[in-house]
Amino acid sequence: MHLKGENISFEYKKNDPVLKDVNISLRSGEVLGLIGDSGSGKSTLCKILAGYEIKYQGKVTMDGNEIPSKGYNPVQLVFQHPEKAVNPKWRMKDILNEGHLVSQDILEAFGIKNNWLNRWPNELSGGELQRFALARALSPKTRYLIADEITTMVDAITQAQIWNIVLNIVEELNIGVLVVSHDRNLISRLCHDTIYLKDINNV
Amino acid sequence: MSTAVVTVNRGLFGGLNLRKKTLLIIGSTSLLLLAIVVSSVFLGEEPLQTNFGSKNLAPSLEHPFGTDWMGRDMFIRTLEGLGLSILVGGLASTISTLLTVILGLLSSAGKTADSFVSWLVDLFLSIPHLLLIVLISIGIGGGAAGVITGVALTHWPSLTRVVRAETKQLKTQEYIHISRNLGRSKWWIATRHILPHLVPQILLGTILMFPHAILHEASVTFLGFGLSPHEPAIGIILSESMRYLSAGYWWLAFFPGLSLLIVVLAFDMIGENLGKLINPKIAHE
Ligand SMILES: Nc1ncnc2c1ncn2[C@@H]1O[C@H](COP(=O)(O)OP(=O)(O)O)[C@@H](O)[C@H]1O
Ligand SMILES: [Mg+2]
Repeated sequence: MHLKGENISFEYKKNDPVLKDVNISLRSGEVLGLIGDSGSGKSTLCKILAGYEIKYQGKVTMDGNEIPSKGYNPVQLVFQHPEKAVNPKWRMKDILNEGHLVSQDILEAFGIKNNWLNRWPNELSGGELQRFALARALSPKTRYLIADEITTMVDAITQAQIWNIVLNIVEELNIGVLVVSHDRNLISRLCHDTIYLKDINNV
Repeated sequence: MSTAVVTVNRGLFGGLNLRKKTLLIIGSTSLLLLAIVVSSVFLGEEPLQTNFGSKNLAPSLEHPFGTDWMGRDMFIRTLEGLGLSILVGGLASTISTLLTVILGLLSSAGKTADSFVSWLVDLFLSIPHLLLIVLISIGIGGGAAGVITGVALTHWPSLTRVVRAETKQLKTQEYIHISRNLGRSKWWIATRHILPHLVPQILLGTILMFPHAILHEASVTFLGFGLSPHEPAIGIILSESMRYLSAGYWWLAFFPGLSLLIVVLAFDMIGENLGKLINPKIAHE
């Protein structure tokens, strides 16, 4: 069981490549770190793996097959800024259950309080919103979680809490996680393995 | 909608006076327009008296807008005309808005559909409004149905353009991508995520469409391609009055024209002040 990106190349503008021949492979249940300087294309790679960006060269496969573009995507991406990942005009309970009815176990694990569910997104902190974003992404149908700097905006205690919960859940559900960060300490604490993304413009 | 209400409530803590003033302007102007419509509907129930003993009277206390060549009170005729104009304009704007919503949703659902909508917008914008209204109105056989259809079919393009631009911007939002990744269909996203965001703009667009619709109806009717001469429309009153202008009966055209202008400005004022209330920047906070 693998999520694979093979020979991925990408450019936003013509002749200005962001990624060149990148290879990446993530196993079920594996916690893999991805390190790279700011601007090296980490987020771009994440978007390609999760099917947000489709104009790339190369191949992304899951267990050898292409990932279907319709229906629930088994590769879920969670972003750095949770406030952008929620519709500001929706209540939290609608945001939470947009993909599937999130189980009580997951809610409890993330410490999501019942009275948060009736609030609007602007009535919660970044750390609280990120718990919703993660709970929403960790459905039983999720096989891989791409976590793009998901705790960069929160304090150290919240960061530790959130990662504890996520690692517990992914272990239980046998989900593979790509932990993207520029924080080497965090990566070495969480991950089995680490890969480095070099900024191709600095080579 | 509920968010708009929340925003209004929250906004009351700051800028109470400005908000109150804005609401007051909107309220009183709407009341004036409502009064015109309601009174014209009630007046329309009994036919206007013709009194040849008092024809072509200049404005006086008894007849504030004067009387016409058949001795009819011009104030009442004007009131009835304005009511009809507002109703016709309102109906046309509503149909136009409906078209905008349908085309806006269509354009957000797919690339091919979007190109089609964009082509349609450009096509309709390239033909002068008045000409198109006249053509459509004649094609349908004139009368109220002709004018309403004509005005409705010509006023959606600019609002649709705004909606398209807004939709495009919304579709780059991360939560829209996420929704798709969570397995939601394009149509589901268009109706649940995109449409609610557009409601304030669409509401505002409709109200700002009103004055255009009213003026266009009046001018098409004035030119003889719109409402039938038996209707108490402002356009009819104005075109009839033209024949009496040289006789010095200035009030026949002056008061109805001025009233039409005031109504149009009133709608503009409501739109402008409502725009301050539903400022998208505040709504997104
Ligand atoms: N939407 C975009 N349009 C054009 N250039 C972009 C866009 N997003 C990112 N870039 C550029 O691509 C490069 C890689 O960005 P990104 O993938 O966000 O890097 P990282 O996540 O490693 O900081 C940067 O130089 C950035 O300026
Ligand atoms: Mg990044």
